[in-house]
Amino acid sequence: MTDKVLSPAAHVEPVVFTRDQLDWLPWLEPMAEQDLTARHMAGLVDAARAKSPYFRLLARDPEVLEARTRTDKDIFYNPEAGLPRAERELAAAATSRYNGCIYCASVHARFAATYSKRVEDVDHLLAKGVDVDLDARWNAIVAASVALTSTPIAFGPQHIDGLRKVGLDDASIVDVINAASFFNWANRLMLSLGEPAATAG
Amino acid sequence: MPDVIDTLAGIAPGSPLDAVRAQRPQARLHAQASYDSLFTPRSEADASKLERFAIACFVAGLHGRPEMEAFYGSGLATAGAPAALQAAIGAAVTAARVEGPYGHYPKGPLSSEDKAGPVHRIAAPTRDALGAKLAAAFEHTHMLVFHPRDSAPTYLQALLDAGWSTTGIVVISQLVAFLSYQIRVVAGLRVLNARPA
Repeated sequence: MTDKVLSPAAHVEPVVFTRDQLDWLPWLEPMAEQDLTARHMAGLVDAARAKSPYFRLLARDPEVLEARTRTDKDIFYNPEAGLPRAERELAAAATSRYNGCIYCASVHARFAATYSKRVEDVDHLLAKGVDVDLDARWNAIVAASVALTSTPIAFGPQHIDGLRKVGLDDASIVDVINAASFFNWANRLMLSLGEPAATAG
Repeated sequence: MPDVIDTLAGIAPGSPLDAVRAQRPQARLHAQASYDSLFTPRSEADASKLERFAIACFVAGLHGRPEMEAFYGSGLATAGAPAALQAAIGAAVTAARVEGPYGHYPKGPLSSEDKAGPVHRIAAPTRDALGAKLAAAFEHTHMLVFHPRDSAPTYLQALLDAGWSTTGIVVISQLVAFLSYQIRVVAGLRVLNARPA
């Protein structure tokens, strides 16, 4: 076997949480674009993802990648009922901030800021961490996400009560559970298979 | 096949939470498809079913979730695990449980948030019972579960050195990451199910 760990080219490592666009550099060899078969393209779901080293690395197991991607899209993009998109993204950003995934936090902080228009609050979460005081509703969503992310899991009836108190119905609470749980999946892949890099210029 | 998350969370067909989950039909379908493809894989060339269930039992144990330990323990037995392996996984769990997430950040302003914690090594008798390849996977799994921000290329090199292929590393990374999701969804839904509005 020629399998080996890759040494990423010289790059600037981000050392703070940011909403800036970042690159991601793999530590293992992604599949080559020309080797992607119909099975791998099905796994990528969006053909444009063939350009991404992250998705081409995960395409080594295309069935899991496809299922992961379709789970992700429904949790975050399905507009039916539940939590507004901005607050699903807030749960993802808070989870990523708490686990320490600078790359994932950058993407989902951007989305949270875009959809909520609460740029300052999102930046406070990134700068100060998950104990930051935002407002009652966002505090409850962040606290629930953090409790679910802790190991052992610290999520309990008090978090359900806290979310209900700020107006979340059960569909919205399930969206918080799904979004925070899903980022416990995503953070671990992004953190462990490569590293973020500041984009040039 | 019954939906694993519904089964483990105790969500009955026709119940209020069944209706809520039905509003995210693709997420529900593909969480199950993720489970199916990880534990009934098309190919076992890069990670066997026995290895997959062994890692799953370790992850369930590290989270201290009895419902998950029972579920994956049953899968492990069905996959043909000898009693010695089952006992070794139990011993590995007992020795490895800590609290997360902890770990280091890149040197800089975030260093003040660094949180120290152990880099876990499987003890010699357990290592012998697991075998070197599975023991290496367990050590990596401990990092992924408790301190994923400490990830570094050296962790992947240790897996390659123990005989995992690049594709095998992708598979076991997906496995541990997926379980980190599934365990939390089940835990969250169980709490919600026990607390009707």
